[in-house]
Amino acid sequence: MNVLPVVLATNALDTFVHTFIKALALGSLYSLLALGFVLIYKATQTVNFAQGALALAGTWLLSIIFMDWEVPGRWIGGPGWFHWFIALILAAAATGVVGLVIERLTIRPMIGEPIFSMAVITLGLEVVIRVVAFDAVNTTPRVLGIPWGTETFKIGGAMIAWSYIAAIAMAAVAFLGTWRFFKTRTGVAMRATAFDQEAALAQGINVGRIFAIAWAAGAVLAAISGIFASMPPWGPAGMASRDGAFFAFRALPAVILGGLDSAIGALAGGLIIGFAEVFAGQYLASYTGVLGTGYQQVVPYIVMLIGLLVRPYGMFGTEEVRRV
Amino acid sequence: MRGRPNLYTSYESESQLMPTLTKKVALGLFLLVLVLMPFDLPVIDQIPFIRFLGDNVWLRLVNRTLTFAIAALGLNILMGLAGQISIGHTFFGGVGAYTAVLVGGKSSANLWGWGLPMWIWLPAAGVVAALVGVAVAPAAVRVRGLYLGIVTLGLVFIGLHLSRVFPEIAGPGGLGRKWPRLELRLWKEESPLVNFSRDGHWFWFDINKNQKTYLLLLAIVILMAWAAANLARSRTGRALQAIRDRDIAAEIMGVPEYRYKTTAFAISSFYAGIGGALFASFSGQIPPEQWSLIGAVNFVAALLIGGMGRVSGVLMGSFFVITSHRFVEEIVDWMKHQAEEGGLFSGIFDFFISTGQGDGGFVSVSETALGYPLPVSALDDIIFGLLIIFFLLFEPLGLYGIWVKVRNYWKGWPFSY
Repeated sequence: MNVLPVVLATNALDTFVHTFIKALALGSLYSLLALGFVLIYKATQTVNFAQGALALAGTWLLSIIFMDWEVPGRWIGGPGWFHWFIALILAAAATGVVGLVIERLTIRPMIGEPIFSMAVITLGLEVVIRVVAFDAVNTTPRVLGIPWGTETFKIGGAMIAWSYIAAIAMAAVAFLGTWRFFKTRTGVAMRATAFDQEAALAQGINVGRIFAIAWAAGAVLAAISGIFASMPPWGPAGMASRDGAFFAFRALPAVILGGLDSAIGALAGGLIIGFAEVFAGQYLASYTGVLGTGYQQVVPYIVMLIGLLVRPYGMFGTEEVRRV
Repeated sequence: MRGRPNLYTSYESESQLMPTLTKKVALGLFLLVLVLMPFDLPVIDQIPFIRFLGDNVWLRLVNRTLTFAIAALGLNILMGLAGQISIGHTFFGGVGAYTAVLVGGKSSANLWGWGLPMWIWLPAAGVVAALVGVAVAPAAVRVRGLYLGIVTLGLVFIGLHLSRVFPEIAGPGGLGRKWPRLELRLWKEESPLVNFSRDGHWFWFDINKNQKTYLLLLAIVILMAWAAANLARSRTGRALQAIRDRDIAAEIMGVPEYRYKTTAFAISSFYAGIGGALFASFSGQIPPEQWSLIGAVNFVAALLIGGMGRVSGVLMGSFFVITSHRFVEEIVDWMKHQAEEGGLFSGIFDFFISTGQGDGGFVSVSETALGYPLPVSALDDIIFGLLIIFFLLFEPLGLYGIWVKVRNYWKGWPFSY
């Protein structure tokens, strides 16, 4: 992901408005990624380090489906943006299937093993998926055909990219969906599983199915956030490139800051990290000589460290009950 | 008690490193083989596996394994003994390496370096890394489990950024700078006392630089491994294991958790610093990007593949992690030859190998190939990742676990128990 350039507007208010929306958009992206981590952690107690690799896979799938195969444009008429959204859903669903397969093959057999072993399995998965996706993406980035491209509009004097609005809207939809989902029967079952797997099993909840749902949902969120993170101005002009695989690691501070097992924490953590990064990048730019180029990319980790010193389980994370 | 190997009458005898004569003799012979491995000696170069590891090309890889093993031993103290997850071990390795280059490197217009000899920069690398470990510990002790893992992961990124803030120490990004060579001087005199990075003549035989470096690194690894094995059975080691197994219970029994976790961080960072400094010095010149997340994952993989908590397991795991890439390349190369020569089984190999355009195989033999069929470098990354998964799924104790199973089988043979 690119380092965002410093906003240069004519007056301080325009600069602030632009920076604010930029921060909100980046925070939304982080929240989206963080939500994927949280869903998987809630169900399976695993931090999925392969999230970034899945995001890259999702981006690549969209590029293949929409640009190369021209699905669904070759069958139905209608506007281009409508096709793009259908392709987006198809790509996300395909990534979800990848998530299902991963869960079935590598995570399900590990139930009852130490949580760290599971986390390292996902590190192994990350290597495998990333390398396969790297060779699929190749060195030439693939175009994603995003309908709004690099277009911008103006609020007062501030130039706002449509990508910002799209990312914010997408995050809003995802979080509302998750909130609704947790109220459904399956959602309640997932919360029960997160609370205590054995007790949930004893209550007749199909824990294996919950695992599968969580992984599929996590992979779908990874794909969507990967695709939105490759839009300009974050990504290299709306293309799937190899950088996508590492974007997810930058969302980890957001997950930790909010608490690994809290969806609200993902939202809050993502927004805080996004605001900290963008505002530090904007208003400390004159100290770049001291802080080093690209200092804003380290800001999330600093914020995370400070946050953890205050609250070791994140802002909304459940404190682990430890017994002797 | 002679003849009753499982009867212990005191704690000392139970926790002995070398309880039986057989073990002592076996270890002695093993060490002898290790020391003599790189030389063309009549008996040694007949041992099948040893013979080609002593080869010059492979010896460089073995040397890398040794430097890696030092740092992995440190991570084993933190993760295997104290049970603290760390995915940021390369950060401490980097701290050690940059201390080494600051203390021992040559200064120039835009680089700092004091040019001190190796007996100063090597311990300094360890000590400074340990101090950084102590400085990080207060933040790390407060968080546990995967939270700690991600905090340490954050250290890697902060470290990478620091290398950009101080280009005077780290050198330009993507290039790096020259590390001091492995050579022993008393002070800054012209010709070093012992030069480990030049071919030379020792006693009555010729010795090349790889063999010299190998002997030096082997000595350091043996020393560090011996210290690590002893640490596990000392008061500190027992305290760390108590914290790993049940931290609250340990605290109730009077084990100060905070102090011992800090100690674990310090010792593990010390090992990482020494390992990092030696690795950098042995490599000559490495870019700051070398100290990345992938390296940290390799350390964790070495521990898991080898078997966590065991010195011998860590050494096996390090060997496996560093050399597996090369083995995959060799195997693919061998398969290529098989496919081209067209023997009885060439069809099978041809199925795997893609020799040219439009060939059906999924592994490409040309080094620079991208996309599909997969280039060899991608293939061995994939195999590496799959191996991590495979070991965790089927053999959680790693290579050490396999060794224990084999040993126990033959212990009772021909009876099953």
